[in-house]
Amino acid sequence: MKKQSTTAQSVLLHVGLVLMSIVVLYPVLWVVKLALSPGQAPSLSASPLPDAVTFDNFKDVLLASDTQGRWLFGRQLLASLTVSSATTIVGLTLSVSAAWALSRFRFPGREGGMQVLLITQMFPATLMLVPLYGILEKLGLLDSLTGLVLVYSTTSVPFCVWMLKGYFDTLPKELEEAAIVDGASTAQVFFKVVLPLARPALAVTALFSFMQAWNEFILAATLLNDAGRFTLPVALQRFVGEYKVEWGRFAAGALVVSAPVMALFFALQKHLVGGLTAGGVKG
Amino acid sequence: MKACLALACVFAATAQADELTLWHAYRGGEEQALEQATKAFTAQTGHTVTLLAVPYDAFSAKLSSAIPHGAGPDVFIFAHERVRQFVRLDMLATSTGKLDPSVYLPAAIDALEVDGQSYGYPLSLKCLALYVNDALVTKAPDTTAEFLAMAPRLSAADRNQFALAYEAGDFYYHAPILLGFQAPLFDAQGKASFDSPGMTHSLQFVRGLQDKGFMPQESSSALVKSLFNDGQAAMVISGPWFAGEIAEGLRYSVHPLPVVSETQEPMHPFLGVEAAFVSARSTKAAAANALAEFLARGEGARLRVTVGRQIPAETAAYERPEVAQDTFIQSFHRAAANARPTPNTLEMARLWEPMKLTLRAVLQGTAAAEDGGAVAARRYRALNREAPPETSPVPWLLALGAAVVGFVLWQSRKKKEKAPDLKKAIVWVAPAAVGVLVLVLIPFVVGLSLSVFHHDAGHYTFVGSANFTDILTSKGYRVTEPLSFWFTLAVTVLWTAVNVFLHVAVGLALALALKSPLLKLRGLFRVLLIVPWAVPNYITALMWKGLFHRQFGAINGLLHLLGVEPVSWFTHFSTSFAANVCTNTWLGFPFMMVVALGALQAIPQDLYEAAEVDGASKWTQFTRITLPLLKPAMLPAVVLGTVWTFNMFNVIYLVSGGDPGGATDILVSEAFRWAFQRNEQYGFAAAYSVLIFVVLLGWSAITKRLGAEKTA
Repeated sequence: MKKQSTTAQSVLLHVGLVLMSIVVLYPVLWVVKLALSPGQAPSLSASPLPDAVTFDNFKDVLLASDTQGRWLFGRQLLASLTVSSATTIVGLTLSVSAAWALSRFRFPGREGGMQVLLITQMFPATLMLVPLYGILEKLGLLDSLTGLVLVYSTTSVPFCVWMLKGYFDTLPKELEEAAIVDGASTAQVFFKVVLPLARPALAVTALFSFMQAWNEFILAATLLNDAGRFTLPVALQRFVGEYKVEWGRFAAGALVVSAPVMALFFALQKHLVGGLTAGGVKG
Repeated sequence: MKACLALACVFAATAQADELTLWHAYRGGEEQALEQATKAFTAQTGHTVTLLAVPYDAFSAKLSSAIPHGAGPDVFIFAHERVRQFVRLDMLATSTGKLDPSVYLPAAIDALEVDGQSYGYPLSLKCLALYVNDALVTKAPDTTAEFLAMAPRLSAADRNQFALAYEAGDFYYHAPILLGFQAPLFDAQGKASFDSPGMTHSLQFVRGLQDKGFMPQESSSALVKSLFNDGQAAMVISGPWFAGEIAEGLRYSVHPLPVVSETQEPMHPFLGVEAAFVSARSTKAAAANALAEFLARGEGARLRVTVGRQIPAETAAYERPEVAQDTFIQSFHRAAANARPTPNTLEMARLWEPMKLTLRAVLQGTAAAEDGGAVAARRYRALNREAPPETSPVPWLLALGAAVVGFVLWQSRKKKEKAPDLKKAIVWVAPAAVGVLVLVLIPFVVGLSLSVFHHDAGHYTFVGSANFTDILTSKGYRVTEPLSFWFTLAVTVLWTAVNVFLHVAVGLALALALKSPLLKLRGLFRVLLIVPWAVPNYITALMWKGLFHRQFGAINGLLHLLGVEPVSWFTHFSTSFAANVCTNTWLGFPFMMVVALGALQAIPQDLYEAAEVDGASKWTQFTRITLPLLKPAMLPAVVLGTVWTFNMFNVIYLVSGGDPGGATDILVSEAFRWAFQRNEQYGFAAAYSVLIFVVLLGWSAITKRLGAEKTA
């Protein structure tokens, strides 16, 4: 009886997940179809499978070069990877320390600080472009990847701090207290005890910061003045013109752009589900 | 001696050679032509030119940010419609005196004139014409009567065969028909005019085309292109850019738009003139003017025509032998003869949204053609507020000062919180705090403060609370109408609640499923299910819009298989809203799933084992263990998710576009429209944002209490 119900559960579970995967993948298959079809327009049939397959769109995207014959895609990929990785590192460094302090230390402005961070997420970002441009000009950070990294990482701080503080709050304090009793300094507690425990939350926030920088396009297009340093979303957006959209190349580009994110998720997923079970902590 | 001379030459050349920058948004052939033309310019003058191709969607914002800060290009290429706005922002150097008007088509010169001054050098023309599939149509129709006579033979709605396809819901494409029915765009005072017999007739005409099955419903540029290339549309109304979209081997010809038989008036498409503008902040004005003129005339024009397939604004270009025999260029030259330059006035900019609203309402059947003019006129009155009177900021500053002093006093009187960790905390928090202060908070406060100003072309006047009172009293329209703040607020709250609930429910359910010990291929499912998050949402949202198409969408196809009548998704609030929610749930659940996956790890497994021993059911385990223990880790994600959904602009904009009639717009998409599509009313948009902010603030106070309950 027990065994039967487990089999039934297992079948139900798998059928459910397969159905869900189909729903999830159907629109994406359309993107794949567009990318592999020779015309630059969506076809009218309901089938998500391409009628004819060509890799021209991928070639056009991957082999793009500028007037001096420099490999534009390569440079833009490099710029994108640099900006996104730097954003992840800077953003996470800033937030993880702040989040831990906000979770563990008692000081005035703690509650207020959290609210202020949340508040910044409430204002539509488009209206902040004009003042932001002026500030970056004053700081001499226009047309530089550093400026872009600073903007991205600070704008991702509110999210990261909220996520990480929420997670730190669930971690038992006893471990840290035990480490302090054993003579560890604050920094040692942080690096040796807290960070390893926070791996799942760090993985989520890292993924988020990376994607924030990886997909952003308006700021990058506005602040940068050199095609070789444009990030990939800017290059991708070039396929959308005033009057027409190059659907095939746009779709191919979108798939190329999402590949590293998938790879990153794949790499991070063991941390997502690692964490506490490995640490053997009991609440 | 020879070497010496050569050196002297090089020296002479470098002494005067300037390094120019040129920004544009061209692609394909037009971009190649521009590259070749600038090379020819460098060869002739020695000035080097650095080109920067900017995505069209970011181009205008980039120019108006960069040029006033002196960080812009020397020359840029843009269509003439925005020339007046650029002039008012002091972005353009005048070309009066430098531009030779006799060299170009008179319409192109007219288009670039603002208050008696000329700006820029006209490069090329864009206007609509009639593309005809020669295999299906032997003689292109000269009049609408001829068209209507041949249309039944060319159409078969059941086989998705149409006589005509064009983007009927876009006012740019309707304008020629409107003008052909002799509807005036402006009245004698130069104000927009909507209620005219011509307006009614033109709307009846297009509605008739749709009802008789002569053209498809819910046309988009992609649909038009696919239909024409598959031979399912005999004729298409489009511009020069469409030629590059036509499949190889398809025989077609281009003709002027037909004459409207009722009025004997030809259809008059809008004429767009692309020009090379010299920036007002260019420090190399002479060289920049030389470059712009070079592109506009002679060799520059020749390259743009032969390589870029542009319709030149220079008259001499048409007499070149290679162009004289070019039927495509000559056909568009003829079509352009009936075209009228899009007025570059402010009043013209105000016309688009009401016209589009009416057009969609009539095509979707929510308004009769006779009422079309009235629908547009009402929207126009609601959108175009007069500038509120300027007021003195002094009382405001006094109030602000008093508030600050009061706050400081109140804080200092409050019982001091114990701060044993203050010194330690500063070290850990300072880097983030400084960064957030400079790059997030300052722009944020500046953005907020705009809400008490009225913006007009770069000039701000202080208007106090006028923006707020106008919004809150929904001046100009009823409270229950889509444009009213209260209506939009209700939609936004509904939108947020439904979405966040679905995100969390679906995300959590899948996270639990992925944790199930019975599951095989766990890693595969885990990666597949985050795909919607990984692919840029700009393209997937558009795919979803395609799935919801009335005639060609897969969802109606599926409903058809189930025996359900096809649904016009975007004509009713409920279905349009459902389409948006469906798309946004698809985009948003992976984030919640990933967060839940992480949070589930924090729940010790032995709790479940203990519960199992005690005989607790799965459901009891879920409600008594999983949910309470997930709450602290999920709450931040839910709070942030709510804020983001509240401000989720992309999906609304790309999927329903606010249809029907702005009913599915949420507060942030309204704010966006006020800021960027309604004459840059930044102050008004900022006031909207402040109200968004106040609503969310109220909401976060509630969640704070929820969070407090948890710790209590």
